[in-house]
Amino acid sequence: MIKTLLAGAVLLSTTATSAFAATDITWWHAMGGELGDKVNEIAKNFNDSQDQYHVTPVYKGTYPETMTAAIAAFRAGKQPDIVQVYEVGTATMMAAEGAIKPVYKLMQDSGVDFDPSDYLQAVTGYYTDTDGHMLSLPFNSSTPILYYNKDEFDKAGIDGAPKTWQDVADDSKKVMENSDASCGFTTGWQSWVQLETFSAWHNVPFGTKQNGFGGLDTKFVFNGDLQKRHISDMAKWAKSGVFKYGGRQGDARPLFYSGECSMYMGSSASRASILANTKAKVGFAELPYYDDVKGAPQNTIIGGASLWVLSGKSDEEYKGVATFFKYLSSPEVQADWHQFTGYLPITTAAYELSKKQGYYEKNPGAEVAIQQMTKNPPTENSKGIRFGNFAQTRDIINGELEQVWSGNKSAEAALDDAVDKGNTILRKFEKAHQ
Amino acid sequence: MIENRPVFTFFAHAVLLVGLAIVIFPIYLAFVASTQDSSTFLGGVVPLLPSSHMLETYGRILGSGFGSIPVWRMIANSMVMALGIAIGKIAISIISAFAIVYFRFPFRTLAFWLIFITLMLPVEVRILPTYSVAAGLDLLNTYQGLILPVIASATATFLFRQFFMTIPDELLEAALLDRASPMQFFKDIMLPLSRTNIAALFVILFIYGWNQYLWPLIITTDQNMTTIVVGIKQMVNVADGDPQWQLVMGTAILAMVPPVLVVLFFQRWFIKGLTEPEK
Amino acid sequence: MQTKRVTFSHRWLPYLLIAPQLAITIVFFIWPAGEALYQSVLQQGAFGLTTQFVGLENFRDLFSDPDYLHSFTITIVFAVSTTAAAMISALLFAGMADYVMRANAFYRTTLIAPYAVAPAIAGVLWWFLFNPSIGIIAYVLHQLGYNWNHLVNGGQALLLVIIAAAWKQISYNFIFFLAGMQAIPRSLIEAAAIDGSGPMKRFFTIVFPLLAPTTFFLLVVNIVYSFFETFAIIDATTQGGPGDATEILVYKVWHDAFIALDLGGSAAQSVVLMAIVIGLTVIQFRYIERRVEY
Repeated sequence: MIKTLLAGAVLLSTTATSAFAATDITWWHAMGGELGDKVNEIAKNFNDSQDQYHVTPVYKGTYPETMTAAIAAFRAGKQPDIVQVYEVGTATMMAAEGAIKPVYKLMQDSGVDFDPSDYLQAVTGYYTDTDGHMLSLPFNSSTPILYYNKDEFDKAGIDGAPKTWQDVADDSKKVMENSDASCGFTTGWQSWVQLETFSAWHNVPFGTKQNGFGGLDTKFVFNGDLQKRHISDMAKWAKSGVFKYGGRQGDARPLFYSGECSMYMGSSASRASILANTKAKVGFAELPYYDDVKGAPQNTIIGGASLWVLSGKSDEEYKGVATFFKYLSSPEVQADWHQFTGYLPITTAAYELSKKQGYYEKNPGAEVAIQQMTKNPPTENSKGIRFGNFAQTRDIINGELEQVWSGNKSAEAALDDAVDKGNTILRKFEKAHQ
Repeated sequence: MIENRPVFTFFAHAVLLVGLAIVIFPIYLAFVASTQDSSTFLGGVVPLLPSSHMLETYGRILGSGFGSIPVWRMIANSMVMALGIAIGKIAISIISAFAIVYFRFPFRTLAFWLIFITLMLPVEVRILPTYSVAAGLDLLNTYQGLILPVIASATATFLFRQFFMTIPDELLEAALLDRASPMQFFKDIMLPLSRTNIAALFVILFIYGWNQYLWPLIITTDQNMTTIVVGIKQMVNVADGDPQWQLVMGTAILAMVPPVLVVLFFQRWFIKGLTEPEK
Repeated sequence: MQTKRVTFSHRWLPYLLIAPQLAITIVFFIWPAGEALYQSVLQQGAFGLTTQFVGLENFRDLFSDPDYLHSFTITIVFAVSTTAAAMISALLFAGMADYVMRANAFYRTTLIAPYAVAPAIAGVLWWFLFNPSIGIIAYVLHQLGYNWNHLVNGGQALLLVIIAAAWKQISYNFIFFLAGMQAIPRSLIEAAAIDGSGPMKRFFTIVFPLLAPTTFFLLVVNIVYSFFETFAIIDATTQGGPGDATEILVYKVWHDAFIALDLGGSAAQSVVLMAIVIGLTVIQFRYIERRVEY
């Protein structure tokens, strides 16, 4: 009698929990400002749309801060379900096999229907292993594009955006002579734009083993002839004032806002900010390329962040995460996120929906990034890059490039040194993950 | 003033005013920035005079606020943390300095150096193990967790030690003759003598606690525990774009008000004469 | 370490007094720091799932890297300049503020204000002030015919981070110098004034010697500050560049630990950095404190 009662009570209480208390899913993210509000809105809409799961987004600082917080929490057994990790952290997450639950496996295990071919390969490719399995869900992705000052271009009598690097050099001279601009172009995130994406765009390797996708024993090779040619061209332009260096991250944007530099190469997601801060009319174009290089332009690669699922949670929670990812990938949510933030859509359906809604007609320039991304099916050189502790290597690249811009070092020597130092870091990372 | 020297007095004021202008200029700039609209600020040389957007900015910050909890709540959280850090640190430091200076006991030097090396190695570098200690003690998402690890630093102990060393030995000799107990001596002589130093430390530690950023960010996951500095940083952290600088700067200026009030409140403690020992 | 001539004697009271500080120090500092330092002989994945014991390899890597050795020189220039700039200007301001008395509260409050600026904002302010394209200071310098561009000029970048780091510390030094001065018995100063010594002479013969313990305290604190606490300023302004012109030791420690998650390499750097500063501090206690009159 007592046994049956007890069993009944247990049964009651379990049904009670699943019926009334939603399973809580925590999501640590690095989105401040308006993007943070948008993240909260997405979570709220998801929570309102069903009553089984409750997603709680928690702001955890900048990308590195969020990642460190998640690692600290994981080491202490207090990890969140989902964490947003920036692209340079991808190799670290991937190498931590016991710490993550790959997205494809999450979807499989929880029985939520999931078709990888719904996603834009150019975007998801960055976060996919060599067998084509999606490891993390791209969340906010962008790609570098070219912004130009239309007013200054008009003054200089230039029709349309430059296509090749030769055009960039010619147009720069024209605007510098005929308008208020005192420099031709500047760039944000020099390593990402002028080396990583540059290599993909010209279909040359940045590292061996499919840019690191093929294994931890990869080596850097971004000191190839083409990269050297490009950096020494930029050094020449830096000397003649055609190129002005504006800082390591997005710090160069004010040079473009004020009209001092006529062109800026940087993240496509900066579109809204650039429109808000630049008084002149702004034009948008694909990145320039060297037209004598076979296979250029190929396609550009992304930057930004993706959502990783951490291990050690219950099946119920994973089911919730899978349901949430499914919701996040739905055309309506994706199209809204894409249009509000300027980040790339991750599914073909969201792209088509945005087209249908007339978004690209109303917002000239917003489509450039997607066209550039999807120009050609990604090759081994243009799928993305995956290198251990890459933040350190980017820092080394930044330091070496600055030596080139200030005229203290030749492009050849700088790139060779950066590759050498970068390879030391790769070997160390490899050793730490044996 | 001790004597009347108009030229020197004028010189002193001049030095102070020039120094003050230099030191305060960046803050003035923050104020100016808070009165502009954000595109003016980034689109050319930063202006030097406030503009008409001031009311708009401050109205918006105080009105609708930012982030997920009200500004007053963030300020209250910062206040609890800053007070906890300042009071806690002064309390444990002054007694440990007293022990180190006025007693001889085995392992005294060892204790001093153990405490002293905490001046080094910032929390950012030892964040993973510190977090695991805090998690092990169940301090995540608590005010104790916010405060205790930050108190572990030697500056205050060191300062009191330096100050106690300057106190004439005669005072202690007299106390010993009177058969005063150590704690009586501490309470009746040392505490009153330490007034200015306590005031100076309180101001510094309050601000130090007020400005903590990384630790509160890492160990709290409850939005209700967000502090004002975390809130400001959240507004600055706009990926790929530019923050609303006028709101950021405006909030930064407002966030300075409580620390400045603390300074004003402790002004009295600095007045000369109060600190002089009884003759 | 110096001691008092006379002391209390008590069997357990000193331990009781020192216990709270010691407990917090051991639990929240020594233990975690020890763990962090143990990392220096390991190479470990960030999540702690794979660990290799590598002995002194992290240290060997460090000292075979010419950039690392270069960063020693920069760190010394940076630390000495920052400490000197912050202490001398603070001493000057405190001396003047102590002298004038009138409007004293006004000066005090405003001079402490920079310390109240959230560090997150302080870095941004310097970035704005010296930004070669929109910064007001860069603009003024340019008008004066001086080309300021710390993005490519390493010397200027180093100067910028020294100014920014010293600025923050002036308030700190000022308040302790002032507290020290205000604690000097008024009768001493008055007696000297009656003897006819002017403010300058009084400062050098009475005030400054009596401030020696405070100065010693601040010297240690400032050196520790410039060695350990300045990475946030570097990160907000130059990020170690251009080239490696402002890559001071702690910036690299912080960057490798926090951004790059190379825990072993960063821990090895921490060990080196701590060894240097502990060495410096011992020297200070040995040689400078002997000259301090208590």
